[in-house]
Amino acid sequence: MSAGPAATAPPAISRRFPPVAELATVSLALVVVGGILMASYAPRRPPLGVPTALAVAGAVLLLAGGYLTARARPLAWDRFFLVFRWALLAYVISAGMIAFAFVKDHVRGAPLALVLVLLVIYALDVPLVIAFTVARYSSPAGHA
Amino acid sequence: MTDVGNVQAGAVGTPPVTVRPPQVVPLKGLPIVAAVVAFVIAAIAGNWLWALTFCHVAGGALWTAIDLFVGLVVGPIIARLSLPARAEFAARFMPKMVLLMPTLVLMTLAAGFQLALTLGNLSTASPNHGWLVASYCVVGVMAVIALGVLEPANIAVLFEMRKPEPDGAVIARLMRRFVVTAGVTGVMQVATLIIMTRVATQ
Repeated sequence: MSAGPAATAPPAISRRFPPVAELATVSLALVVVGGILMASYAPRRPPLGVPTALAVAGAVLLLAGGYLTARARPLAWDRFFLVFRWALLAYVISAGMIAFAFVKDHVRGAPLALVLVLLVIYALDVPLVIAFTVARYSSPAGHA
Repeated sequence: MTDVGNVQAGAVGTPPVTVRPPQVVPLKGLPIVAAVVAFVIAAIAGNWLWALTFCHVAGGALWTAIDLFVGLVVGPIIARLSLPARAEFAARFMPKMVLLMPTLVLMTLAAGFQLALTLGNLSTASPNHGWLVASYCVVGVMAVIALGVLEPANIAVLFEMRKPEPDGAVIARLMRRFVVTAGVTGVMQVATLIIMTRVATQ
């Protein structure tokens, strides 16, 4: 859906948007399952096949969500970035704390790398869902 | 006609109510959050048994009790309130939840994992191992619901209410999402209580 800056947008509740929040939430669910699988083996070294597949699937869904967000029109981009950057700060701190616990517990090598990948996806998924949910109900600049 | 920050209600004869959340995130609470996070980091870094136990038990008790109370007591009450009353409640309640719940969850889970590792409960030889994996699954489902559905709805409601003319339909839709997901996580906390009391008594 596209509109010129002077056009009047339909009410926020009736505007149609791509399923960005749904994709990011499924991506989040996949990385949570990957994290649970790895944590269930602690303190032993976990098998990495399934968690790796889940991380890849989560990353693909996150990228798809990002791509669809970039194409969403009209979207309140100022509101999106405002919320995204603050949520990102909060969830980077949260992910950093989880990473700290794994490093502290001597997780090293490939398992640590995979945990970090899962945490990066987690730290991007949640801000994306929050920012997109806020922006989809906000009026884009130039619209009523 | 009642309104909450111009939320149209349609009720006749009631005085206008204008409540807008002053901030989406209450900034005064941030130093407390920072102190709690620093305390949890120190507890993990030092493998400080008392502090780990305190963070896990106190954080978990508050998290569980608040989830149960909000999901099973406050949620159904909110669902029966008029839209302006819901909006007024949300304006005062949700900013606090935005800070409180993520902090309690972080405190409980980070300290809990470290505590389980320190006490040997994570070992597959431990009789608690299966219960802990079950608790990961319960927490995982709650985390996805809370982070993917509940928290975005909370924050979107707060942004909507800060508009000069909030859209009552948007607030009603998001609040319905809040009520349903709070109920689901409340029920799941019962599973957490069962699991944790089993772990503590094995």
